[in-house]
Amino acid sequence: MKLEGKVALVTGASRGIGREIALELAREGANVAINYSGSEAKALEVAAEIRTMGREAITIQADVSSSESVDSMVKQTIEAFGKLDILVNNAGITKDNLLMRMKEADWDDVININLKGVFLCTKAVTRQMMKQRSGRIINISSIVGVSGNAGQANYVAAKSGVIGLTKTTAKELATRGITVNAVAPGFITTDMTDKLNDETKNEMLKQIPLARLGEPTDIAKTVLFLASDDSRYMTGQTLHVDGGMVM
Amino acid sequence: MAEVLERVTKIIVDRLGVDEAQVSLEASFKDDLGADSLDVVELVMELEDEFDMEISDDDAEKIATVGDAVNYINSKK
Repeated sequence: MKLEGKVALVTGASRGIGREIALELAREGANVAINYSGSEAKALEVAAEIRTMGREAITIQADVSSSESVDSMVKQTIEAFGKLDILVNNAGITKDNLLMRMKEADWDDVININLKGVFLCTKAVTRQMMKQRSGRIINISSIVGVSGNAGQANYVAAKSGVIGLTKTTAKELATRGITVNAVAPGFITTDMTDKLNDETKNEMLKQIPLARLGEPTDIAKTVLFLASDDSRYMTGQTLHVDGGMVM
Repeated sequence: MAEVLERVTKIIVDRLGVDEAQVSLEASFKDDLGADSLDVVELVMELEDEFDMEISDDDAEKIATVGDAVNYINSKK
């Protein structure tokens, strides 16, 4: 096992990619704090599944865009497990619309959760990781943060911001044994992408050299790599896991 | 006062690997003791733990010398 005895906090871990990441890290030995915003029942299911693997799991309701909420979440995690080795900033939402039609509130909501949330969670775990002189922070960006995408100005701005934040945090924390990397998923089958209409889906499929959608486990395996010692000489990088969409 | 200075000095010596003799009240963390910005943040974190207090970001930014740290701690006790 690659993560025996490690403690991981995964935001937005009740569903989709976050759920798969939490399960994958647990499979490799980590105890996991499962953050969720609204889906308590689903978060509890993830926790139960992790416990069947013989690992510990806790669920924490928190709004990642609120510093108070985030600080309390990190505190609860450290109180429960005594340390914190891995943070996966995965929580995210979409509120898509053409720029011309995008409401200011939709811009703010997406930036607050998808970008400010990463800043707040990273800031909150840094103290503990600096003390430990080790840590892994993995930010889930998106391939559209690299390429741009019509109809997602808010989401793209946030995900692109996450890549810049990843690089800067990586530079600031490198001397303390903390690595910070990002994963940019392409088109992955989740609730978020199920909402897209068929026309958009078909358009996207045409752009994927591997000619199929990705699955949450494809992202989870990459996160595992970045969370484990196998990636110890990497920091500040963004790995595209997108079937070759953007090279 | 003396006791606070002693505890602060020990943390600085441990953290920055400097000689105890270099740690005077006038010594600046960055200019005299070779600390970078992140070292100062860590020192403040350790002082918080050592003296069981919270130092706000605004206050922490004003701590530049050993004397600043000692005075701050004494003022809050």
